[in-house]
Amino acid sequence: MLRVNNVYKTFHTGTVNEKIALYNVNMELREGDFITLIGGNGAGKSTLLNCVAGVYGVDQGTIVIDANDVTKLPEHKRASVLGRVFQDPMMGTAANMGIEENLALAYRRGQKRSLKWGITRKERNLFREQLERLELGLEDRLQDKVGLLSGGQRQALTLLMATLKKPKVLLLDEHTAALDPKTAPKVLEITEQLIQASNLTTMMVTHNMRDAIKHGNRLIMMHEGRIILDINGEEKKKLTVEDLLERFGQASGEEFANDRALLS
Amino acid sequence: MLEILLGAVSLGTLWAVMTIGVFITYRILNIADLTVEGSIAMGAAIAARGIIMGMNPYVTTLLALIGGMAAGLVTGLLHTQLKIPALLSGILTMIALWSINLRIMGKSNISLLRMDTVYTMLENMGLNKTDAVMVLGLLFVLAIIILLYWFFGTEIGCAIRATGSNPRMVRAQGINTDSTIILGLILSNGLVAVSGALIAQSQSYSDVQMGTGAIVIGLASVIIGEVLFGTKKFFGRLLSLALGAITYRIIIALVLKMGMPANDLKLFTAITVAVALSLPVLRQYFMPLRKSFKEVE
Repeated sequence: MLRVNNVYKTFHTGTVNEKIALYNVNMELREGDFITLIGGNGAGKSTLLNCVAGVYGVDQGTIVIDANDVTKLPEHKRASVLGRVFQDPMMGTAANMGIEENLALAYRRGQKRSLKWGITRKERNLFREQLERLELGLEDRLQDKVGLLSGGQRQALTLLMATLKKPKVLLLDEHTAALDPKTAPKVLEITEQLIQASNLTTMMVTHNMRDAIKHGNRLIMMHEGRIILDINGEEKKKLTVEDLLERFGQASGEEFANDRALLS
Repeated sequence: MLEILLGAVSLGTLWAVMTIGVFITYRILNIADLTVEGSIAMGAAIAARGIIMGMNPYVTTLLALIGGMAAGLVTGLLHTQLKIPALLSGILTMIALWSINLRIMGKSNISLLRMDTVYTMLENMGLNKTDAVMVLGLLFVLAIIILLYWFFGTEIGCAIRATGSNPRMVRAQGINTDSTIILGLILSNGLVAVSGALIAQSQSYSDVQMGTGAIVIGLASVIIGEVLFGTKKFFGRLLSLALGAITYRIIIALVLKMGMPANDLKLFTAITVAVALSLPVLRQYFMPLRKSFKEVE
């Protein structure tokens, strides 16, 4: 479904701030794969996600989604096959537009926009049904501005928007990292529910080892721009945080020193 | 006195068209677009030149619309394709338009006295000039409000509104934000140029200087409209802009009547806008003060 072939990405090339973000990254996601992508700060996990999404171009290598080489396509053209949720709950929705208007924008992802009405009655009913599944009471607030919602509600709405039109790949960029400890599991639960309902191919970046182990069928760990671990199947099911730390040490030759990943 | 007020209202309806244009960039796209200073004068220049060449005044007004849209397109391309900051893109187009407007007119001002204008037909029906301007101005404003209300409810219109709110999200939904920004700028400057064309015909002259300070007048009208007549509904918001533009003209007419020298007008407008824009900050500043007053009570 998604293939990342020999991708290299360096930021600020030729300056003192030069930073190699991705170094010869190779990865293949099969249809229905749900991978969790973990690593310390600056490991390159978000960069990889953004390269797939087209936010950044790659220096070398190719990105192939469902047999289409999208390496040269701009962000908005790739969007037709990608669903995305960002770390910042404010980023995924338009604050001064209504809940239904946001959903209507997402419902047209991948279509050419015309002078037809931006939202129809039939769609409203569909949105209401879909919002009911979130169990957040949003189905009665279709007209409310998204800016009035809490971070968790906005993130749940963004998730729904990302999956309303079934994407070929769902990209989640630490989408619960900015939520409070009570809301984060709830949003993860909704995530799991939406992914299973449509059997979505998913790539979830997280810094939380527990979440990375608990969710998905495959775990990939990155370090200094490279993939150092790729664990799947039965092995992934039996994995513990201690195992993961040990295997990180073996693969990278370093201690996993990242408070954010360890403490949360 | 009544005459002054009526004059202010009629002129206000024409500036309302421009105010709606400014609203599209300033509030919907979240860009302060200085192109309007050039495009309003361009609308006036095209209309004036067309009329003295003997063209139909409605046709020249239409040409003004096209000219303004072209100006918006240039700013949009500078900003989105050449990645020049929006403010600077607008300034560049504005400066360029100064020379272009002089070329269009062939001189720095054109008088339209005793020429047929868009208002002549209504005047021939027995209305005086002020009333004719008011009637036609209101018709234009209403038509534009209805059209825009429809347009911003369409898929493309929604995409433009979302662009101003969160461009990153809009791209994630598969929309090219370069296109929506350009489209918004085209629409805005087209309206501003029409406003310029209507104003020039109502005051019977066109001057290359006409645009100076126009953006500030537009912003003042937007803010006055929002503060005094603002609503949440989009149709109401558009309507409040027209009322804001008319109110601004009435305020100006009144302060002039009260004896303020016309030369101080721009200073007055600038201060008004500065105060209005800083209202949120001022409110925060005075909030603790009010709180402590309450505690004392």
